[in-house]
Amino acid sequence: MDPVISVRDLWKVFGPKASQVAASDELKALSRQELMDRTGAVAAVRGVDFEVAPGEMFVVMGLSGSGKSTLVRCLTRLVEPTSGTVVFEGENILAADAKRLRDLRRNKFSMVFQHFGLLPHRTVADNVGYGLEIRGVPRAKRAERSQEVIDLVGLSGYEKSYPDQLSGGMQQRVGLARALAGDPDVLFFDEPFSALDPLIRRDMQSEVIRLHREVGKTMVFITHDLSEALKLGDRILIMRDGQVVQVGTGDELVGAPADDYVRDFVKDVPRANVLTLKWIMRPPREDDVLDGPELAPETVVREAVRSVLGAGKPVKVVRDGELLGVVADEEILEVVAGEA
Amino acid sequence: MVAVAASRQIPRKPLLVGGIVLAWLVLWLVLRDVGTLPLDASQLTPLHRWINEVNDAVGASRNTNPVFLYFFNEIRLVIDEFVTLIQALIAQPSFGRPVPVIGWLGVVAIAGFVSLVVAGWRVALLALAGFTFLGLQGLWQESMDTLSLTLAAVAIALLFGVPLGIWAGLSDRVHRVLTPVLDFMQTMPTFVYLAPLTLFFLIGPASATIATLIYAAPPAIRITAHAIRSVPRDTVEASESLGATGKQTLVKVLLPSSRKTIVLGVNQTIMAALSMVTIAALIDAPGLGKTVVKALQTLDVGTAFNAGLAIVVLAIVLDRVTTAATERRSLPRWALFGGLGVTGVAVYLSHTYLWAAEFPSDEVEVGSSIRQGATAATEWVQDSLPVITGGVKDFVTWALINPLQALLAESPWFLVALVVVALSFLVGGVRSAVVSAVCLGLLIATGLWQDAMVTLASTLVATVIVMLVGIVVGTWMGRSTRADRVIRPILDAGQVMPAFVYLVPFLALFSASRFTAIVAAVVFAAPVATKIIADGVRSVPPASVEASTALGASTWQTIVKVQLPMARGALTLAANQGLIYVLSMVVVGGLVGAGALGYDVVAGFSQGQLYGKGLAAGAAIVVLGVMLDRLTQAAARRWTNQEVR
Repeated sequence: MDPVISVRDLWKVFGPKASQVAASDELKALSRQELMDRTGAVAAVRGVDFEVAPGEMFVVMGLSGSGKSTLVRCLTRLVEPTSGTVVFEGENILAADAKRLRDLRRNKFSMVFQHFGLLPHRTVADNVGYGLEIRGVPRAKRAERSQEVIDLVGLSGYEKSYPDQLSGGMQQRVGLARALAGDPDVLFFDEPFSALDPLIRRDMQSEVIRLHREVGKTMVFITHDLSEALKLGDRILIMRDGQVVQVGTGDELVGAPADDYVRDFVKDVPRANVLTLKWIMRPPREDDVLDGPELAPETVVREAVRSVLGAGKPVKVVRDGELLGVVADEEILEVVAGEA
Repeated sequence: MVAVAASRQIPRKPLLVGGIVLAWLVLWLVLRDVGTLPLDASQLTPLHRWINEVNDAVGASRNTNPVFLYFFNEIRLVIDEFVTLIQALIAQPSFGRPVPVIGWLGVVAIAGFVSLVVAGWRVALLALAGFTFLGLQGLWQESMDTLSLTLAAVAIALLFGVPLGIWAGLSDRVHRVLTPVLDFMQTMPTFVYLAPLTLFFLIGPASATIATLIYAAPPAIRITAHAIRSVPRDTVEASESLGATGKQTLVKVLLPSSRKTIVLGVNQTIMAALSMVTIAALIDAPGLGKTVVKALQTLDVGTAFNAGLAIVVLAIVLDRVTTAATERRSLPRWALFGGLGVTGVAVYLSHTYLWAAEFPSDEVEVGSSIRQGATAATEWVQDSLPVITGGVKDFVTWALINPLQALLAESPWFLVALVVVALSFLVGGVRSAVVSAVCLGLLIATGLWQDAMVTLASTLVATVIVMLVGIVVGTWMGRSTRADRVIRPILDAGQVMPAFVYLVPFLALFSASRFTAIVAAVVFAAPVATKIIADGVRSVPPASVEASTALGASTWQTIVKVQLPMARGALTLAANQGLIYVLSMVVVGGLVGAGALGYDVVAGFSQGQLYGKGLAAGAAIVVLGVMLDRLTQAAARRWTNQEVR
C-alpha cells in the first residue's frame, strides 16, 4: 500500500541564512550548536525521513526543543520547510501554491493544537463548524455536520456553550470535533493533551484510540510523553535535536533501542506491558521438553505470564507452524521483575 | 569579569556625585547671578522675532501659497466642515434655525438609547442623569460644543487609527516603524504642538481637532495593534490549518477575538480626546474648556468649578459607556424597539418645539448654586485653614522650591551645563553626556535659559514628590489587594479627568503660585507612577516574598530588601513616566502662576508679539523633556543591568 505521507530529507532552519545552510552539505553536517555558533541559524528539523501508512497512528516523540512541533507544522506548511519533500497522497505539498495549499487544508488534513486554539467569541457548535464555514458550506449543512461530530466526541448538550465555560478536557474535545468536522484524510495532533490533568489526559487518550478505531483515519500524533506514545502509537519516531533517532513499533524501541539516548528513554517503561515474546524467546535447548502450549511471537509478555508460569515447562513460540523459539519461567520472570 | 568590575565601581559613584554637587554649591556662592542669561517677560531674542516674521509671512501667504491653498487649507476646510456639521446637529443654531437640529431632549434620549444598547440599563440611567445634569448646570451649549469636538476628533482618529492599528498588528515592519512615532506623539507635552498647528491651520476648531487627533489617535492604534498581536498563536494557526484565507482569518478570528481590547482602545481615545479638547480652549476651541480658562484667568473659582464639574460628568458618562461596551450582552427585542421609538419621539419634539430644544435653564437651574457653593467653600477654607494650606505651601516653597530654583537659575549657565554634563556622564556614559550637552545647547539657543532653569526646578520638585507618593501608595497597593481595589479606581478616575479640572480646587486652596502648579502636576502624574510601582511590587514572585518571610524578615525588611529592589524596573519606569507627565503639565501650570516656560507658552497664544517666544518656550519644554527622558532611561538601564549581573 502506498504511504499517505512520505517525508524525504526535510530541513527547517530558522535564522537569517536559512537557505544557505540548507544548500550546503558542509553546514548541514554540523551539530546544532556548531551551526548556531558559525551562522547564527537554528536548525529545528534536520534531514528527517519517514513514511506514514494509511490508517496508521504515527507518533512523533521528543523532548521540548527536539523539533517535533516544527516538524508537524512543516507537514502542513504552517511553518515553511527550508528544503526536502513532503509527499501527500502522491502530491508534493511543498510545490503547492497558496490556493492549492488552502484546498488541501480545507479538505485533506486538519490539526489539533496544544492550547486548543478555540475562538472565544463563538459557541461550541460555531467553533466546530468554523472549518466548514470557511469552505463555504451552507449553514444548515454545517449545523448538521457539527452536530454529528459533537455527538461523536461526546459533547452533546454543550453545543451552545462558550469555550470559557468548559473544562480543559472538554475544550480539547471541541478542538478534536473541529478537526474531524471537515472529514479530513489525515489528522495532526500537536501535543494535544499536555495541557490537561493526568486523569483527563488518560480519558482523552482512550477517546483518541476509540476514534481512531471508529473513523479509521490516518493520524500523526506529537507528544513528549513516552507512555502516551507507547499507548497510542502503531509506530513511534523518536526525535532529538531535530534528527530522527529511531523509528519503530513500541516493542522495537524497548527491545532494541537504537542508541543510549533511546535506551535511557525507555529504561523506566514497564517492559512486560510492551515487549512481546519474540524479544525474550531463546532457541530451544537439548533438555527442553517441547510438548508445552504454543503462543504467537506477537503476544505481549504480560499476557503470556499466566500461561508460561502455569505450564510448568517451556512454552513454544510458533508462527505458521514454525517453531521460532521457547520461553520458560526464567525469561518471563526476568522481564516481570524488571531486570534487563 | 564585568560583574566584578562594575560592582567595584558602585561605591565610588555616590562620592563623585557628592563631590560634583559640593563643588557646584561652592562655585554658586562665588559666582552667584553671573551669566544667568535672564530675559524679561516682554523681551525678545532675534530667534523669537524671526519666528514672528515667519508667522506673519505664513499668514500673508496663506491664500496664495500652493502648499497652503491645496493642502493645509483643504484639510482645514474638511475638518472645519465636519466639526461644524456635528455642532449644527447638537450644539449650535444652524440652518437658519435659532436652535440646533436636535435639542436637549433629543440628545439626552439618544445618549440614553445608545448607552442602553451598548452598555445596559444602569449605564443608560447614568447617561440620562449625567446629560440632564449638564443642562441643569446651565452649561448645555458649552457641553455640546465640547462633545461635538470630541466626537469629531474621535471619529477621525478611529477612521485612521483602527485600520493602522490592524496593519501594525499584522505586519512586524509597520509595527517597528510606527512604535517610535507613536511614542513621540504621546510623550510630547500636549501644549507644545498647539502653537505650530495654529501656524498651519489657524486658531479655531480645525487646529483644536487636529491637536486632539495627534493626542488621541495613538491609544487607538497601539491598543488595536496589541489586541491583534495578542490573539493566541494556536488560534490563528488553527484557522490557517483549516484552510482559511488571510482575509477570513482577519475577519472571523483576529477581529472578533480582539473586539474587547479594541473597544478599550476606543475608550482610551475618547478620554484622551475629551481631555485634549478642553485644553485646546487655549487656541480658541469652543466649549467647556474655554469657560474654565476664562474663569481661571479671572480667578473666578466658582465658575471654574462648575464648568470643571461638567467636564468630569461628561468624562464619567463617556468612560462608563465605553467601558461597559466591552462586555457581551444582548437586549430584548421589545426594549430595543421601545427605546428606538421613545428616542425618535424625543428627537422629533426637540426638533420642533422650543421647550425641548433649548434647555429651560431659567426655570430649573443648579449651576448658580454650585458656583456660589464652590466660592463660599473656597473662601471658608482660605479663611479658616490658613495654617494648613498656607503652611504647607510656604514650607514646600521655602524648603524645596526656592533653594533648588536659586541653585539652578542663579548659577552661571556654564556652571549648570558643566554639572549636568558631568552627572550625565556618570549616569549614562559618553552617549548621555553628548545628548545632554546638545540639549543644553539648544536650550541656550531658545534664549530662555533662565526660564528653563526655573521650570526645571519646579519639575524636579514635582517629580520627587510624585515618586514619594508613588512609592508609598504603590507599595501599599502592591502588597494589599484590598488597598488596590479601593485606590485603583480613584487613580483611574484621576487619569481620566482632563488636566484643567485639577487646577480648580488647588487654585482655590493655594491661589496662583508655583506651588499650586506643582501640586497640579503631582496630582496629574502621581496616578501613573503609583500604578506602575504597584504593578511592579505585585509582580515580584510570591516565592521570593515567602522566602524572605520564612527567613524571619520583618514587613519593612521585606519591602526594602526584596520587593522594592526586585521592582526596580518599575521604579525607574515610574520616575521616567512621572517626569514626562509632570512636564506635560508645565503649560497648565503657567495658567496658575508657575511662570517661566509655562507662562511664556500661554502668553504666546494670547499676544501676537510674543508668538515666537511662546513657540521657543514650547521647544524648550520639549528639549528639557528629551534630556530628562534620556537621562532617566540611561539611569534605568545602568541600574537594572548592574544589579542583574
